[in-house]
This record gives sequence, C-alpha cells and structure tokens, in this order.
Amino acid sequence: MSSRTLPLLFINLGGEMLYILDQRLRAQNIPADKAKKVMNDIITTMFNKKFLEELFKPQELYSKKALRTVFDRLAHASIMRLNQASMDKLYDLMTMAFKYQVLLCPRPKDILLVSFNHMDAIKDFVKDTPSILSQVDETFQQLIEMYTPLSSGEFQLIRQTLLIFFQDMHIRVSIFLKDKVQNSNGRFVLPTSGPVPYGTQVPGLIRMFSCTGEEVNRLQFTNGGNYTAAVREGSFEIFGDRVTKLGTNMYSVSRPVETHMSGTSKNSAQHTKVNAAPNPLAKEELNLLAKLMGGLEVQKSGNTDSGFRVNLFATDEEEEEALISRPDELSCGIINIQATKDQQANAELAKIMGEFTESGDQSPSASSKGDDLLAMMDGL
Amino acid sequence: MYHKEKSIQIKNSASSLYNNLGVLRIGPRRLTYFTVVHANVVNMVSASWDGLNYSHRQLQSKEPNVATSTSLIIQAAFCVLPSRELLVVTSQKGIQMYESDGSIMVYWHALDTPETPTAQAVFARGISAVWDNYICVGVSSGSILVFDVPSKGSNITLSEVLEEHKEAITDMASECSGSQECIADLVSADDGGNLCIWKSGEEFQLLNKIHGFDMSCSSVKLWKGTVVAGYGTGQIRLYEAVTGILHAEVNAHARWIYSLDIAPFSGLLLSAAEDSLVRVWHLNMTPETNSVEVAHLHNECVTDTQICGAKFCDADGYAFAVTGYDLSEIIRYTQT
Repeated sequence: MSSRTLPLLFINLGGEMLYILDQRLRAQNIPADKAKKVMNDIITTMFNKKFLEELFKPQELYSKKALRTVFDRLAHASIMRLNQASMDKLYDLMTMAFKYQVLLCPRPKDILLVSFNHMDAIKDFVKDTPSILSQVDETFQQLIEMYTPLSSGEFQLIRQTLLIFFQDMHIRVSIFLKDKVQNSNGRFVLPTSGPVPYGTQVPGLIRMFSCTGEEVNRLQFTNGGNYTAAVREGSFEIFGDRVTKLGTNMYSVSRPVETHMSGTSKNSAQHTKVNAAPNPLAKEELNLLAKLMGGLEVQKSGNTDSGFRVNLFATDEEEEEALISRPDELSCGIINIQATKDQQANAELAKIMGEFTESGDQSPSASSKGDDLLAMMDGL
Repeated sequence: MYHKEKSIQIKNSASSLYNNLGVLRIGPRRLTYFTVVHANVVNMVSASWDGLNYSHRQLQSKEPNVATSTSLIIQAAFCVLPSRELLVVTSQKGIQMYESDGSIMVYWHALDTPETPTAQAVFARGISAVWDNYICVGVSSGSILVFDVPSKGSNITLSEVLEEHKEAITDMASECSGSQECIADLVSADDGGNLCIWKSGEEFQLLNKIHGFDMSCSSVKLWKGTVVAGYGTGQIRLYEAVTGILHAEVNAHARWIYSLDIAPFSGLLLSAAEDSLVRVWHLNMTPETNSVEVAHLHNECVTDTQICGAKFCDADGYAFAVTGYDLSEIIRYTQT
C-alpha cells in the first residue's frame, strides 16, 4: 500500500535487534572491545550508503522471507555468529517488539517518534566513532525530510501497511508477559485508560449548535474508559524529547531476553497458507540483498580466532532444544545462500556475494537468469 | 441495550483498513452476507438467519498480469441499486465488481499504475451506490470514478471522473436511491478531512464543499440531508450537507475512528474506533428548527482489539456486527 514503509520497518527492526544483541553481548561477558566491534560493524552495514539509497526508493514492502534474509545478513556483518535457533529467536523478538510499538502508538504519526527513539539510541551506540555517527546523522536528516511533511492520513496508511506485515503474529515474549502488556494468548493489551493522543479530546462531550453557530446544548456521556488529557507532543527534530517511551530500550542485564515458543495462536497456521503463494517480484528483493552485501566485507575463514558465537538462550542445550521444537509455521524458509545446486546457480551466487569486482550495477539482466536464481532460492 | 451473540468465524483475520465490514441482508432467502478484507483476499460468509448454516467463499484481488506483485485489497462493499446488488472490491490495481454472492466477476477497471512505484501510493478506496444506476469509487489521487450500471448484465461503463478532491479519498456515502427525491445524494470524504456534497445525474453536480482541518475523515454517512463524519482525532461531526452548517460535534472516541453506520429507519448511529469501543447513538432531526440532536445510548468494548469495521445488520438497527484487526471472527450484538 504505502510505498514509504520499508525504511521505517527496517530502521525500527534494526534498532530492536541492536538492543537485544547489546544485552546478550553484556550478559555473556563478551570483552568490551569485541562487543563494540560487533555493534559498530552492524551499524555501519545498516547505514551503508548504497543500501539505504535502495531502501529509501518508493516501493512496496518486502516479503517476510526477504526481510528475514536481510536481517540474517546484518546480524552476521561482523565477527559474531548466531546459530539458527538464536537467529530465529532474535527475529521473533524484534518483530513482536515493533508490532507492539506500532499497535500502541496513540497516533499514526507517533511511529516517527518511535523511529526517532531507535535512531537516538543507535547514535548513542556509536557516539565514540565519528565516521559512523555522521552516517547515522545523515540518515536521520533524510528521515526528517521525508516523513515530517506527511499528513495524518498518509501516516495511517504506513501504519496499516505495517499492520498487514505483522498480521497474525502472536509470539509470546517473556518481558511483555511479565509487564502485562501481552496476554497469554499472545495478543497485546490495549488499555482503555491513560492519556488520549495529542490532538484528541477525552471522549464524553456532545455539543449541539444552532444554524447561526451558537452552542445550544451540551451533553456528557460515559466513555467506558479512564482517559486523561493528552500529554505534550514529542519532538520531530534531530535532537529533542520524544516523550513516548515506545522504541526505547526495554532490555537491561536484569531483564533478560526470553521467548515462549509454545502455544502460538492457531491463526498463524492459517495465515501461513495465505502467504504461501510465491512472490514473483522477488527480483527487487534480490536487488536489495545485493546492495546490502555489496556493503559487507567478505568474511574470510581465517578469522575464526577473533570470531565468537552469541546465544540468545540461557544455555546451549536450550538453544538446541528450541531449534528442534520450533513450530513449523514459524519457520519462514530463510533464503540460505550458502547451499547451491548447480554451476549456473553458483555463478549467480558469487555475483550476489560481491566477489565480482564490477562496481554497483547489479540490475537483473535477462529475466530468465533472475527466474533461475529465484527458483533456486525458493527451492532451498 | 444490546447483548453479544454467537460470533461468526472467518477464514482469515481482518486487516486494519477503514470500514472493513460489508453487510448485505437478503430478506427473501433469510440470509445475510458479510465481507471482511484480509490482505489480498475478501472473506465472504453467508449466514442463515436461523444461525444453522454458514457458507464461506474467498475472493482474490485481480492482477492485470502474473508478473506483477500481489495487489492488496483496500475495501469491499455491497452496492444496492433498485435493480440489482453488486459487491465492489477495490485494490491497489483496480476495481472489481461481482454479483452480490461473489460468484461471478462482472466488471474490472484497471487503475493507471505507474511502471515504478511513486512516493504517492496508488489505490482505490471509497465505494457507494448512488441513485438508480451509479456506483462511485474513489481513488488515491482524489478522483472519483462514476460508473453507469445497467439493470442487468456486464455492460458497466465509466461515465464520468469527478476531480474535486486533492487528497486520497477515504470513504463515500449516499442516500435516496430509487423513488425518493433528495437534494444531495452523495458525500465524499478525503485524507484532509474535506467533504464534497454531490447531486447525481448524467453529469454530477458539486453542491457544496466542507473544508477539513488537516485531519483525515475516515468514515462518512449521509442521512436525511445530514452528513455524519468520523475523524482520526476520534471526533464525529454532523453537518447539514447542502449548507455546510455544523449541527453537532461529539468527542466520541479516544483513538482513530474506523467505521460509522446509520440504521435509516430508526436514526441509530454506530461508531467504532481503534480504542476498542463501539458506541451506539441516536440522531433526532427537527426540521422545524433545523437542528439535530445527538444522544448517546450504549457502549460495547471489544477487549484488546482495534476495531476496523462495524455495521448494522438491518435498517432498524436491531443487530450490528463488528470486526477487529487480527481477529478471525465477526462479533455480533442484538438488542435485548
């Protein structure tokens, strides 16, 4: 629907990913210099100029599969490694967190404030590295220029597009369950109390007017909730108080990251059926992946001594168990570019992985090549 | 005043789209049809009045050719004309019209979609039957397409394009089809909260334009010459259509209003919003004093649900139905 949704989806999910990784790196006592390197590498890749250029073009939202692959790549942009189960869990947490933020935003425009909260935090992660910081600042400016002029209706369209992307996702997140913002059936709590959005009045008043415009009657009605007046509006500038807490880091060492995988809503299975139809336009998604990987250093296998693995679970056994017991409907068939089937596929892969030294132009040539690549990816 | 009845289960959950519930009552067959949009699919349920029989059908959005991406459906609504009833489905690619049971597609109109996506989204939204033989559909550019519908068959033609709105159309409504004479018979609303009042005919006439306040009007109804409009701020405003006089203003909801409906025989008004609440009001027109009274009657809270569709199931407002984002059921309420 809205062709301006992808940058917001990417930045907010990326922000959540960084919060989670930051917490896990500290919880696992990874040495500070290595942890910093991981965060810096991931943020540098996230804000790679060519990649962002591709991202900010007007376009439809990418399929869940393609987006998951982008984040897989991003998570592996440094010396850190994640097993399949940990990557699955990371992605579940990221998506449920952003779904929560989108649902709970009082006004659609507040999604921009949520994005700015994530951007503020990302800037803080790289505040000691001016080169990366300036990349992030530039993107911040781009976001401000692109989104602040949009109308309320256009923001609602963006929000509706995001909600279609998150439709039927009801994964239970321990931190949400503990805070009672999520029910045991995976659905979020939507309170009928608290401050109304900026620009809205507390419900309860009916005013009637004469033809000359004078108020002739006033009636009150019970609104069935417990609302208070709106709080002040958050800042849409590069620096400022965003007011909303949505999009700020909810994890800390004392509030660890966990998920419940059991009891996912049976609706998710129905939903998977609807989404199973192949997406013939995945070529554009491949373009995005190509641009992203163009920004990645090819990780040579000799780096194993400085590389390390991060576990999103408390123990390795738990991680293994999670992989085995993961409900089928949640595995969204990640495009695993490592596995290949034939020579031609290999050549296409090599091209995508950036081993070709041709600068930039990865536009799909003859449509048959693109189709073969897609067929191969879908078959994995 | 109302109590909850048994819900109707649907195949997919409802998507978060304005006015996401279509209802058509088929008296002679003692059936009611419901439509709920989920991404690129319309879920149709045919429910018998005795509550014993439910049959389901799914309609897909039509792509002009397979190579292009899936087209998301924005709205599905029943259009009741004196001679026939059609189901109109609007999407990012165009407008599909079906026989009311969804069995046959009788017409397809493709929107002008650019080769590469533009910053401004392209889609059709806002559907209304007007007078004897017109179906009007709004477009994201602000245009309104007027289709001339014959009493039977598929020879539907595009009769006129109304260019008055500058922002995306959100909703449209009409009154007075058939024998009744009305001054105004169509109202259109847009993302800027602007309302246009029209008189149908071979050439539609713009009777009035009511300017908005930069806040989207997501749902609109027309009844006895009064426009009832619901806004993103949660406010409902009632205007006299032809003059634009503001009759009443209601701070109705704490979040964006997604659906309004009126039961024309009783003057009951239904409003539903993302704040989980459905409210029932009564509208009383006093022609002598040219005033409208609004009274609040009832609230229903659908816990933890952002409501996206709410409609009366009959012209008296004896029953109504509700849909919500991520909910795979149509919740029903009947008067006690």
